[in-house]
Amino acid sequence: MSGDVATSINQRARWGWGLGLAVLVAAPFIGLYPVFMMKAMCYAIFACAFNLLLGYTGLLSFGHAAYLGAAAYATGWLIRSAGWPPEAGLLAGFAVGAVLGLGVGLIAIRRQGIYFAMITLAMAQMIYFVCLQAPFTGGEDGLQGVPRGALLGGLIPLKSDLALYFVVLAVFVAVFLAIIRIVHSPYGQVLKAIRENEPRAISLGYDVDKYKLLAFVLSTAIAGLAGSLKTLVLGFATLSDAHWSLSGEVVLMTLLGGMGTFAGPVIGAFTIIGLQDYLADRVGSWVTVIIGVIFVVCVLAFRKGFVGELIAWQQRRGKPAG
Amino acid sequence: MEIFGIPLQAFLGQLMLGLVNGSFYAMLSLGLAVIFGLLGIVNFAHGALYMMGAYVAWLCLEKFGINFWAALVIAPVVVGAMGVVVERTLLQRLYNIDPIYGLLLTFGLALIAEGIFRDQFGVSGQQYPVPEALQGATNLGFMVLPNYRGFVIGASLLVCLSTWYIIERTRLGAYLRAGTENPKLVQAFGINVPMMVMLTYGAGAGLAALAGVLAAPVIQITPLMGSNLIIVVFAVVVIGGMGSILGSIITGLALGLIEGLTKVFYPEASSIVVFVIMAIVLMIRPAGLFGKEA
Repeated sequence: MSGDVATSINQRARWGWGLGLAVLVAAPFIGLYPVFMMKAMCYAIFACAFNLLLGYTGLLSFGHAAYLGAAAYATGWLIRSAGWPPEAGLLAGFAVGAVLGLGVGLIAIRRQGIYFAMITLAMAQMIYFVCLQAPFTGGEDGLQGVPRGALLGGLIPLKSDLALYFVVLAVFVAVFLAIIRIVHSPYGQVLKAIRENEPRAISLGYDVDKYKLLAFVLSTAIAGLAGSLKTLVLGFATLSDAHWSLSGEVVLMTLLGGMGTFAGPVIGAFTIIGLQDYLADRVGSWVTVIIGVIFVVCVLAFRKGFVGELIAWQQRRGKPAG
Repeated sequence: MEIFGIPLQAFLGQLMLGLVNGSFYAMLSLGLAVIFGLLGIVNFAHGALYMMGAYVAWLCLEKFGINFWAALVIAPVVVGAMGVVVERTLLQRLYNIDPIYGLLLTFGLALIAEGIFRDQFGVSGQQYPVPEALQGATNLGFMVLPNYRGFVIGASLLVCLSTWYIIERTRLGAYLRAGTENPKLVQAFGINVPMMVMLTYGAGAGLAALAGVLAAPVIQITPLMGSNLIIVVFAVVVIGGMGSILGSIITGLALGLIEGLTKVFYPEASSIVVFVIMAIVLMIRPAGLFGKEA
C-alpha cells in the first residue's frame, strides 16, 4: 500500500467518523428513540473495548460479559443502596472491571491462543455464578430500580433522556478517541507486534506478558464502564448482562463490523442491538438462530467485516490500474 | 455412621452423583481432545451435540416408542451423521486459518441448534424414564446404589477405555495419531486423511450424543443443558491438558468427584469449584496436569 493511499484512507475514515458523530448528535432530534440509542452506544463502548483486545492484540477473550455484568451490578448497588452519585458509580464500574480483569488476566495469559479463550470463558462463568448467588444481586430477578441521580452534585439532573443521552455520547466519544490514542501510541504498536508474531516480540526483548496483561485490564475496565453506563441508562442490572451468550455477541459485533478497525465494533454493535430489538417481538426464540447464522456466515465468508471489506475495496480501487 | 458430621449414606450418594457427572465430563472432554488433536478446532458445539443426543433418545421414545437400548445406538449414529455433514460442508473450510475461527463457527452452530430446539420444545425440561431393567437399587452393604447410576459409570468407563484402546493400541489409532502430528506426511503415505478427519469429527459427535443418551434419565432434558455443561468441560480440558487421552478420562472423573464432595461440605461453591481448581492448576502448572508442552 503506497503512502498516498494510506493518507486518503485515513482522511476518508475521519470523514466517516465525523458523519457518524453528526448522526449521533442529531439522533434524539430526528426521532431516533434515545433509550435505544443509549443502549446501543453502551454496547458499542463494550465492543470497542473488546476490539482493543481481539483486533489489536490478537487475544480472544470469550468471557467479556462477566466484566460488563459485574460492573453493572456494582454500579447499580452503589447508586441505589449506598447512595453514590452517578459519576462515582461509573468510576466504580471502571475499577471493578479493571480489578476483575487483573485477576482473570494474571491466570489467563499463562496460556496462549485457543486455551486463552477457554480459560477466559471458564473464569467468566465463575463470575456469573457468583453474580447468581451473591446476596446483593437479586439472583434471578436482577437488581431493579436504580435511580439516575444527578451529575456534579446535582448540577446536571439525568432524569430526562436527553440530558443522559449527551452524557452517554460524551463517554462514548471519549472511549473511542482513547482507543485510537492507545492503538497509535508506541505501546499500541508493541501490541500489534505481539498480535502478528508473539515469539518475535519476545525475542526483541519485550516483556510480552506485561503488555498483554495491561491490554486485558484496559479492555475489561472499559467493558466495566460500559456495564455501569448501561445500568444508569436502563435502571437495572440482570444476569443476562454477565451471561456467556453476551460474551459471544460482543465477538459477533466486532467480527461483523470489522475487527482491528476503529469504527467496525461500533457499526457491529448498532447492527446487532438493532437487529435484536427489531426481531425480539417478531420471531421469538428464532433470534438465537438468526444470530447463530450470522456468526456462521461471518466466519465462513465475511471475516473482514463491514469496515474491513470497505477498506479492502478502497485499497483495490486506490491501486493504479494493471 | 458419619463422616465429618455427614451421614455416610448421603456422603456416598453425593460421591456417586459426582462420579456420574464425572463420567459425562470424561466422555465429552475425550471427544473434544480427539477433535482438537486432528482438526485443530475447539468444538463449542460439543455441548449442543450432547443435548441433541438426549433429545433424539427422548423423541425416539415419545414418538416412535423406541426404547433406551436402541436409542443408545440410534442417537450417536444420527448425531454422528449430522457431525459428518457439518464437517464436510463447514468445518473443512477453516483448517488453514486461525483456530479461533473454528471456535466461533462452532459457537454459532451451537446457538442455531439451541434456538431451534428451544422453539420446538420450549425451555422447560423433559423427563426420560429410567429403563425398566435398571430400575431399583442394589444394597452393597455399605451403601444403596441406584442401578442406573452404577450402569452409567460402568458404561462410560467402558466407552472411554475402548476409545483409549482404539487410539493408542490399534492400527487405525496409529494413523490417527500420525495424522495429528503431520497430516501431509500421512497423506503422502496413501492414507485418506480428509476421510479420517471427517470420521473423527463424526465419532466425536457420536460420543457426545452417547453421553447425552446416558444422561437423559438422570437429568432434565432442556435445550440449554449442553452449553452449561460445555463450559465446565472446557475447564476440565484446561486442567487436564489436551495432550493425553487417559489424562482426559482421569481428570473428568476426578473433577466430578471433587464437585460431588463440594456439594456435601459447601454446596454454595459446588458450581464454581471446577473453575477455582482450573485457576490453581494454571498457576502451578500452566500446561495442565497431563499437558505435554513445557
